[in-house]
Amino acid sequence: MKTKGKVTGIVANLVIVEVDGPVAQNEICYIDLAGTKLMAEVIKIIGKLAYVQVFESTRGLRVGNSVEFEEHMLEVTLGPGLLSKNYDGLQHDLAKMDGIFLKRGDYTEALDYNKEWEFTPIAEPGQMVLAGDWLGEVPENWLNHKIMVPFKFEGKYKVKSVVAKGIYKVSDTIAVLTDANGEDINVTMVQKWPVKRAITAYREKPRPFKIMETGVRSIDTFNPIAEGGTGFIPGPFGCGKTVLQHAISKQAEADMIIFAACGERANEVVEMFVEFPHLDDPRTGRKLMERTTIICNTSNMPVASREASVYTAMTIGEYYRSMGLKVLLLADSTSRWAQALREMSNRLEELPGPDAFPMDLSAVIANFYSRAGFVFLNNGSTGSVTFIGTVSPAGGNLKEPVTESTKKAARCFYALSQQRADSKRYPAIDPMDSYSKYLEYPEIQEYLNKNISENWVDLVMLSKNYVQKGREAYEQINILGDDGVPIDYHDRYWKAEVIDFIILQQDAFDSIDSNCPIPRQKFMLNTVLDICKMSFHFENFEECSTFYKRIINNLKQMNYSVFESDEFKKYNIELSSILNERKAE
Amino acid sequence: METKAFQRVYTKLLGITKATVALRAEGVSNEELALVGGRLAQVVKIQGDMVTLQVFSGTEGIPTNAEVIFYGEPPKLKVGDDLAGRFFDAYGNPLFGGAAIEGEPREIGGPSVNPLRRQQPSELIATGIAGIDLNNTLVTGQKIPFFADPDQPFNQVMAMVALRAKADKIILGGMGLSNDDFLFFKNVFENAGALDRIVCFVNTTEQPPVERLLVPDMALTAAEYFAVEKNEKVLVLLTDMTLYADALSIVSNRMDQIPSKDSMPGSLYSDLAKIYEKAVQFPSGGSITIIAVTTLSGGDITHAIPDNTGYITEGQLFLRKDSDTNKVIVDPFRSLSRLKQLVIGKKTREDHPQVMNASVRLYADAANAKTKLENGFDLTDYDERTLKFAHDYSKSLLAIDVNMDTDTMLNTAWELFARYFSQTEVSIKNELIQKYWPKA
Ligand SMILES: Nc1ncnc2c1ncn2[C@@H]1O[C@H](COP(=O)(O)OP(=O)(O)O)[C@@H](O)[C@H]1O
Ligand SMILES: [Mg+2]
Repeated sequence: MKTKGKVTGIVANLVIVEVDGPVAQNEICYIDLAGTKLMAEVIKIIGKLAYVQVFESTRGLRVGNSVEFEEHMLEVTLGPGLLSKNYDGLQHDLAKMDGIFLKRGDYTEALDYNKEWEFTPIAEPGQMVLAGDWLGEVPENWLNHKIMVPFKFEGKYKVKSVVAKGIYKVSDTIAVLTDANGEDINVTMVQKWPVKRAITAYREKPRPFKIMETGVRSIDTFNPIAEGGTGFIPGPFGCGKTVLQHAISKQAEADMIIFAACGERANEVVEMFVEFPHLDDPRTGRKLMERTTIICNTSNMPVASREASVYTAMTIGEYYRSMGLKVLLLADSTSRWAQALREMSNRLEELPGPDAFPMDLSAVIANFYSRAGFVFLNNGSTGSVTFIGTVSPAGGNLKEPVTESTKKAARCFYALSQQRADSKRYPAIDPMDSYSKYLEYPEIQEYLNKNISENWVDLVMLSKNYVQKGREAYEQINILGDDGVPIDYHDRYWKAEVIDFIILQQDAFDSIDSNCPIPRQKFMLNTVLDICKMSFHFENFEECSTFYKRIINNLKQMNYSVFESDEFKKYNIELSSILNERKAE
Repeated sequence: METKAFQRVYTKLLGITKATVALRAEGVSNEELALVGGRLAQVVKIQGDMVTLQVFSGTEGIPTNAEVIFYGEPPKLKVGDDLAGRFFDAYGNPLFGGAAIEGEPREIGGPSVNPLRRQQPSELIATGIAGIDLNNTLVTGQKIPFFADPDQPFNQVMAMVALRAKADKIILGGMGLSNDDFLFFKNVFENAGALDRIVCFVNTTEQPPVERLLVPDMALTAAEYFAVEKNEKVLVLLTDMTLYADALSIVSNRMDQIPSKDSMPGSLYSDLAKIYEKAVQFPSGGSITIIAVTTLSGGDITHAIPDNTGYITEGQLFLRKDSDTNKVIVDPFRSLSRLKQLVIGKKTREDHPQVMNASVRLYADAANAKTKLENGFDLTDYDERTLKFAHDYSKSLLAIDVNMDTDTMLNTAWELFARYFSQTEVSIKNELIQKYWPKA
């Protein structure tokens, strides 16, 4: 018998329910509002009173409305057909909803139960299996979607039978497993998993040791993110968080992209809905949407589902990771999720932490980031979830709780600077404040030196050093005046400007410049560093700035040309002749 | 909003604060309306049989034995074609006499559009103001505020933009509007012969602040009617959203909520987003564009109200007085239209994006030169040229009194480039330079 209850109090989307039986923390319930069922989650229990957060507007709700508890936590449905879908934060398929406006209680199915899939068995009868082990596979778009032993299964099972290769629907039984007590259990292609729990059906989670290419120079070259790594992008509004995440989602070298649009603008998601079905995936030549799943809970959608949306996204990511895939998860913005927690903690009248955020904010964020990672599966294959979230600091001040908590949890820090954005130096990632802890990992250094070039890490450090020296020179020039410093200072300043304009800046809206593959990044960094290492002869500082502006202009034309095209080569030759004009050997 | 007679009447208030009253009542639904001593109020909290109501016009003079009548439904607005050309108060009651609106009552603050059913905005709004059309192009379905200190002429600029925007309907939501400003809007629309396209919901400074909370939802409910049912292009003007947010903080403080930054409620972001996200382009051709005003204090955009607004809206238009030319300009550094990418170089000439970026970059160089000058350093020849460029750019392009089409704006910019700089200094894609650099 399901536990039932009656509404006794309503404060915005916090509803108090008097229950007639046992309830669990985080249990899901439905409130009946004149026949419409509103989904809610238990967030606090005192005696017979369950405090539930409702994932809908509570307008019209009354004391006495009846409630039914579901005996499970918030779960996602996992199975073939998740790819290319557009879901709301609770994994309801937006495409299946009727009408222009969202209706309360319109809970559509996450999967298509009538769709047929071509199943090929992998496991053999008699084989012993654990949760997450592969029983078979179906082709989903361009990848092989593994049908696994459900993650909820504990201990070992013996495969009794697996169906033959053929066409099946997701709810058909595709295997029978026998548990330790000799009981047979039917397994279908669908399983459910509570979103707040990490899926740990893997053997080992080593430190990340590879790089995930994003095509963004100031990430890949300057502060690379590891496959299975974590990073975050804090920045005031308008500094380019979303543009940067969209660029990464289009270009990153991943098998699957999950984009959680969490509490941000609807039009930004519409941009993805519109573009992704047409844009080509540079690696597979297929459409980007074929490798993408969008979880969309925009700022005007119910606040409580914001929190759910990032967990839904992460759980789907972990599911695909267990198939041996490289998943990239992006969330924009994690601050909105933190704010949703704050709104609720406020209504619960909990003792507030800094800026009225809940006390356990840091722990919640750390716990979420820890679910990313590179894993060795039980069968020796590898899979990964790389996670990059944006943070929207109040007032652009990085000393606020969400930024500070995230800084403790994420290993890459891509700080967007207002100053850079104001002067249109995009992406506005501050080269000095930002960091990638992965650059310090010996295994990553080894990977970079092996895969890009022998002394790559040294080159990266050297270019960072040039940028730093340029900044120092710039400060001196500002204090002492153009004439008050030796020409050498100007030279240093301009060398840093070359790195800034050519390596760090990148036009996300230019069809060529937007995506810069590693070989091209290598070429450009070497070209720019060669210039930095040269000494030139100038009579005065104006000659110096005129000269470097020409170089920058020339190199920029290279960035706008197809790599190694005739045009590109032409500009490269022009570059040499400009350099020769003033080279002082 | 009409009273439904069958409701039970209560006469015992158990608590009264500046903006709320509490009483014991049964069968009450969340967010429903009530009359408290003849004043409109809305249910904001229910605990058992204890109900808290927010009284829109404030609670001054309300006695503990005031009559409380529940309506049984949330606030509604009657929508119909005869809304056009009319002025209403915050409750949707007609001002200046005239017949009551005949039409279907709609709940205000209704549901959101399914994001998948939205169309990507792609229709440029030409305003003739280069600070907007050239640098911060607006698009139908966009939501964007003016950020301005109270002494800037934002209402004038907004009225000008509204009249030039070729909207089918202009819906003005005035919150804490001074009577003078209200009459200004009325006159401007009247003089432009646009009154039949106007719908106006207004709460003036003379009226209670909490009433303002109804204004955006009223305006947007009317907007949704025309955009969804009539497939019209609707432009909604909301001024001043800072005063709206102030009213929010009054209510939340009265309800003992823990304030977050700048004594604003922790839900400010969600509250504002619910309003601004009503901006939409529908596939049927109808659209809602929102142009708002957020007044700043001393240009501080880190205050919680402009800060949260900036995170929600699709850019902001920053007005300031340029001391160099003595004109009000649209500041190219702090202004942004996030939707401009959808139209510039596509609906406008191909050189638009690069010309825009190059001129802002050169204008930034001028700002550096100015700093140098202020710090007493010598200027280089290049610095001198950027300063001259900045002066001309500000006067002939950034100033809000400019009125020209986009091609003319682009040509003007090219002329300024050629007047003061070499092609390398301007640093634009070569093919565009070849095509557009003015021939001497
Ligand atoms: N890499 C880039 N190249 C060109 N313009 C950019 C770039 N990044 C950001 N911008 C500009 O900045 C605006 C705001 O970027 P957005 O990512 O939406 O900011 P945020 O998400 O931080 O508020 C964009 O609309 C665009 O005009
Ligand atoms: Mg953003």
